[in-house]
Amino acid sequence: MNITEIAKSVDIIWVLVSAFLVFFMQAGFAMVATGFTRAKNAANIMMKSLMDFCVGSIAYWAVGFGIMFGADKLGLFGTNGWFLSTANPSNPDGLWQFAFWMFQVVFAATAATIVAGAMAERAKFSAYLIYSFFISLIIYPVVGHWIWGGGWLSNLGFVDFAGSTVVHSVGGWASLIGASVLGARLGKYDKDGKSNAIPGHNIPLATLGVFILWFGWFGFNPGSTLTGLNGSIATIAVTTNLAAAAGAIAALIVVWLQFRKPDPSMTLNGALAGLVSVTAPCACISPLSAVIIGAIGGVLVVYAVEFFDKVLHVDDPVGAISVHGVCGTWGTLSVGLFAQTAYGEASGVGAINGLFFGGGLHQFLTQLVGVVSVFAWVGVMAFTLFYTLKKTIGLRVSPQEEIEGLDLGEHDLASYPDFQQTTIKSYHLREM
Amino acid sequence: MKQLECIIKPFKLDDVRAALCELGITGLTAFEVKGFGRQKGRTARYRGSEMDIGFIPKIYLKMVVKDGDVEKTIKVIKEAARTGEIGDGKIFISSIDDAIRIRTGERGEAAL
Repeated sequence: MNITEIAKSVDIIWVLVSAFLVFFMQAGFAMVATGFTRAKNAANIMMKSLMDFCVGSIAYWAVGFGIMFGADKLGLFGTNGWFLSTANPSNPDGLWQFAFWMFQVVFAATAATIVAGAMAERAKFSAYLIYSFFISLIIYPVVGHWIWGGGWLSNLGFVDFAGSTVVHSVGGWASLIGASVLGARLGKYDKDGKSNAIPGHNIPLATLGVFILWFGWFGFNPGSTLTGLNGSIATIAVTTNLAAAAGAIAALIVVWLQFRKPDPSMTLNGALAGLVSVTAPCACISPLSAVIIGAIGGVLVVYAVEFFDKVLHVDDPVGAISVHGVCGTWGTLSVGLFAQTAYGEASGVGAINGLFFGGGLHQFLTQLVGVVSVFAWVGVMAFTLFYTLKKTIGLRVSPQEEIEGLDLGEHDLASYPDFQQTTIKSYHLREM
Repeated sequence: MKQLECIIKPFKLDDVRAALCELGITGLTAFEVKGFGRQKGRTARYRGSEMDIGFIPKIYLKMVVKDGDVEKTIKVIKEAARTGEIGDGKIFISSIDDAIRIRTGERGEAAL
């Protein structure tokens, strides 16, 4: 074996290990979504989390990957590679394509599964299956082509290293549209517009989910070098970890001061906010910048959750819109502020400096163009999809089914047989 | 004074509670229970096999009302809890000898 072949093998191993870590994030999302919602819908959320990965895998294999990485047409979409047909299993390049596909499919599935949490506890299972097919088939791959597949945004110099926009904003904005078209859960808003808390049934599961996601992110970000030969994977692991820690601390401080209690669910969202925020800039920033970016993400997520809930009245049980949409946008823009040539060159992102490091406004404006155009694409496509579903097979279960729980109505079972106490609402163990 | 014990469908609890509050009820105790009536439960399918669910989740409500309020309370519960389907539940009425408010020592209807 010569040195080139060994190098190729190192890359394949690193990218596959990262892909397997990112795959495990599916479990993380499932645990977060069920922990933050009620016990009567737990099996339904598990089914959605399981099946969006399965449906998405097939759709991405058949068409999505080709649109994302096929031969470019007008900078807008790819045009070959359907069904992985261009990957030849008997040469090194073909084998690399299989590893690359594996890494990309778990990213596509991440974007898809984000929406499950935002639409939890009332979305019809059948409608959700159709949604997950189309997001992996076309909505996500087109954005991916623009930014990672040699499309117009990448030619513009737009930087989204591991997918704050490609993955998280796509999932976040699809969540915003989905949750809006679907409407709030019964009992979430009073007639006068007052927002009611609907506490999740299992904070330990939600916490496990956040730990799993954090763990998976060590594949998500460092894996995005797509090579194990670049030592920058260490730097990226550090910036990823620091941003998550800073995000959780910042969210904790804000909720503690504002609501007088260190609220666990919001602090968990803070850790995710830090992770999502650092996903775009992780390979071109210093550790100190990562702390600042993560902390700002942690503060943003608290106010964003309040804004969508109390001002816009969009019912998002797990905070997916705020964590992925808002912090994904913030993270993408932060490249234009915090990027440093020394870090960017080492990791292969390129020699770019953000506004705070003497690079001027150019990069920031490029980032802004990307953020806005992705918002517009996802907004239009997701609205068309969800609105069509609403008018045809229906997007929502019946009120009786919603009150009794989707586990019973959709799947005819209880997630916790003989263990469930859910009907009488009493949120507080203490008398208030 | 009469005690009303009602068995209702769980998803009707909020409606019944709201209707009773509108009527001005002074207190209500709710229990999450399981039981069966004339239907003897129902069947579900688990991994393709039929499964008898012998006990169906229900909400059990208890309240004590003044004699003069019994009929209108019953009317409100009947309207709020009714779906017209099997399993809407029942109301049982019994007499209460006395009632005491622990804090003040008031007795009888004054304690409600």
